[in-house]
Amino acid sequence: MENNNNNNILTKKDFAVGQQVKWCAGCGNYSILSAVTNTLPEIGVEKENVVFVSGIGCSSRFPYYVNTYGFHGIHGRAAPIASGMKLANPDLSIWVITGDGDSMAIGGNHFIHILRRNINVNILLINNKIYGLTKGQYSPTTPFGSVTKTSPDGTIENPFNPGELAMGAEATFFARVVDTDPRKMKEVFVAAAKHNGTSLVEILENCVIFNNQVHSSITGKDVKDDNQIYLEHGKPMIFGKERNKGLVLNGLKLEAVTIGENGITEDDILIHDARNPDDTMHYLLTRMTQPEFPVATGIIRSFESTGYGTLLEEKINHAKEVSPMHSVNDLLNSGNTWEIN
Amino acid sequence: MGNKNIKVVELDDVVVKFAGDSGDGMQLTGTQFSDISAYVGNDLATFPDYPSEIRAPQGTIAGVSGFQVHIGHKEIHTSGDLADVLVAMNPAALKANMKWVKPGATIIIDIDNFDNKHYKKAGYVEDPLGDGSLEGYNIVKAPITVLSRSTISKLGLDIKTMDKTKNQFAAGILYWLLNRDLNLGEDFLKDKFKNKPILIKANIMVLRAGYNFAETIEALSTTYRILPTKNRKGKFRNITGNLAIAWGFMAASERSGRPLFLGSYPITPATEILQELTKRKNFGVKAFQAEDEIAGVCAAIGASYAGNIGVTTTSGPGLSLKSEAIGLAVMTELPLVVVDVQRGGPATGLPTKPEQSDLLQALYGRNGESPVIVMAASTPSNCFYYAYLAVKLSLEHMTPVILLSDGYLASGSEIWQIPDINNLPEINPPIAKENDEDYKPYRRNPDTLARYWALPGTKGLRHRVGGLEKEDVTGVVSHDPLNHQKMVSIREQKVQRLVGEIPEQKVIGDESGDLLVVGWGGTYGALLSAVTDLQKEGKNVSFTQFNYIKPLPRNTEEIFRKFKRIVVCELNLGQFANYLRSLFPQFTYLQYNKIQGLPFMIYELKKRFSQILEEK
Repeated sequence: MENNNNNNILTKKDFAVGQQVKWCAGCGNYSILSAVTNTLPEIGVEKENVVFVSGIGCSSRFPYYVNTYGFHGIHGRAAPIASGMKLANPDLSIWVITGDGDSMAIGGNHFIHILRRNINVNILLINNKIYGLTKGQYSPTTPFGSVTKTSPDGTIENPFNPGELAMGAEATFFARVVDTDPRKMKEVFVAAAKHNGTSLVEILENCVIFNNQVHSSITGKDVKDDNQIYLEHGKPMIFGKERNKGLVLNGLKLEAVTIGENGITEDDILIHDARNPDDTMHYLLTRMTQPEFPVATGIIRSFESTGYGTLLEEKINHAKEVSPMHSVNDLLNSGNTWEIN
Repeated sequence: MGNKNIKVVELDDVVVKFAGDSGDGMQLTGTQFSDISAYVGNDLATFPDYPSEIRAPQGTIAGVSGFQVHIGHKEIHTSGDLADVLVAMNPAALKANMKWVKPGATIIIDIDNFDNKHYKKAGYVEDPLGDGSLEGYNIVKAPITVLSRSTISKLGLDIKTMDKTKNQFAAGILYWLLNRDLNLGEDFLKDKFKNKPILIKANIMVLRAGYNFAETIEALSTTYRILPTKNRKGKFRNITGNLAIAWGFMAASERSGRPLFLGSYPITPATEILQELTKRKNFGVKAFQAEDEIAGVCAAIGASYAGNIGVTTTSGPGLSLKSEAIGLAVMTELPLVVVDVQRGGPATGLPTKPEQSDLLQALYGRNGESPVIVMAASTPSNCFYYAYLAVKLSLEHMTPVILLSDGYLASGSEIWQIPDINNLPEINPPIAKENDEDYKPYRRNPDTLARYWALPGTKGLRHRVGGLEKEDVTGVVSHDPLNHQKMVSIREQKVQRLVGEIPEQKVIGDESGDLLVVGWGGTYGALLSAVTDLQKEGKNVSFTQFNYIKPLPRNTEEIFRKFKRIVVCELNLGQFANYLRSLFPQFTYLQYNKIQGLPFMIYELKKRFSQILEEK
């Protein structure tokens, strides 16, 4: 069932599946799938060591469309399935594909705990702010007041911002990309794969059927440069079609400014430090919303910290080294035993 | 030696209950007493009786902690119905335990705590020593607190530390009463406090003081001797059900060569399994304390997909939460062992008390047709074997197994002849070979119907599984009606085919007769004791206890056919009886059900069986 090429150099084709892809025409998942299969040949992992794990939702069909090992789980539980898999075999490169329903609602608990443990898996959280597979009910990321099938007169609950939850859970890697930018998706996915710890990438995705144009105010060709800021570590936080806008810190708040106005020069603009262990600035960046701010994309936080899996392996290796017991027989015969002859 | 006229009576068995405040060291004293009894060759079983509160107020009923030990010259199968000897360190301990002592029992009380202040705390309106309620019992009023303190007053210990030796005074009395070798008790203390010489000294002094006290008082003019159990040779240890389950899994890991992964969440009374496995990293065990029950089982399933032995341990409420994920393991046809240490339910129920009311949940508690292998351990020590076998069957048949234990097996202990794990049956999981060109995710072994286990990381076996229905052989997602019916049947058949592999059901007693007593799981000891007692009385009664619930052993029907009456005994309202009715409706099943958070008492079983035998 595989098309093994002999020369070890992997290409996008190695990860394509013959099976027909069954997403709606125009679904953002197609470009995400393409960016992922473009990414995989470049992460330095053999294809048999890659596993895609998902929960339930449109995006969770993903594993069927990538020619690697794959596990399509149950609703909300991709994170713990992936955690067990990674701890069981640390050599695997594990990709969790999940959505705003899967990870923010039913799987919310697992979402914060995998981040807290910093288990080395990559999570692609595809956020279209709607339940697509069940045909159009609001999700935990749907904006307040939205009219959907289960909120005919507008939602009356505040949405989650996945990045804020991630910061609260002490995530070590958080990035945000839009489904309309394949080049940047790939760039971010490669970085996520290389990060040693849980990498969370929020992908702002369009649902062409149930939430069309949900992100168009930041992805539209005319507005994207002014309404998005693509953050890069060590570079100034500049955005705008004219590259003349930037972010400054005013007290405890960010402020979007125009270079050349009110005495602002490029030197006043903040420099992005994705690697800062203190996530205060990352949190502020994550929270930026329109129209006051551009929406932050790119790698907002990437901080290396030893995770659960690495520590577990260390403890096991140490225990094996120092223990006088080599077989369970030794254990059964240890402690208080007696012989009767 | 004192100058009393001492009578020594030989007993077949004796039940001793130690009861006091949570901080009185009753668990330690009970363990000490059972260890030295085991050492001299007695059979025994123990059961700790903790309050569900961690440290309830001192002197109150809620704070009473107990430890019962049943010691025998004869074979012992339960921790005993009612106590022959009760040690009550305060009035609350007496009040809480009076209904669990035999008429005429010896009751040793710490008289120093029997005052109005303590009576009030225990909820006594009248002085129990003066109101006649203890008439007919042999009450030993021992000034335990005062004599313990005075014995070690010169060691310079503070009062709190001094009072922690009180339990040894009580132990000393028991050593005298049951003719135990004081040296063994001293050795136990030397080991227990090996880094604290002053505590060794203090405890040994108090132990001897208790012994000497017993020797001199009139109330203890008869002592008892329980001779070693006959025909018992080999190397032994004491083991609880929870420990046995943890060790059984580790043995299975070593023999199968697959690493053990536990995904679990703390829940009474299953938590000790998780705790034990977190200590065993030297065997490569990965014990993952998940954020909830669902994450525990899902992590185990993920680990199982990756080639580990995926195990999750829980109790009834946790099993409910895991239902959907167990269905996922059924659908993906992956190995998974789920341990349910049953407790009283529903909802939070009686967390520390045993019950057998999760049977139908284990069999049917999932959406869809979702067959799993269901097994039940029946003694603390055979939890080891059933845990081992659960892994073997799950791996070899690529099917989840639910292993049922209960709160009684979990905390209860018995003597166990230590096995050599190399004598246990081999475990051969059907692992797919690298670059196997014939590999398909749902191609099966024609005998077992198990699909092959293709581990991520293996070249040439990339494939996808999941919760959606799959086409047979290819594993492609399929909504085809006939394929679904075929796959549902295959999954059921895969479990049913175990019938050829599991042992035949055994009958204790005649293979035919007036009455067959049927039980399953943790009630084994009580049912066996009741039936063997009746058999000794010449009654025509036989007994069979089920460990394999799904599938049932192949000779089940044949056994049932040979008895005039069948009584199914269980700690629920009749779940196994109803299961049997659904499978073998041709038989009539009488029921004996108890649902009080308590194990069966032997006497109540004997009474009921005798009644049935007398009915025409």
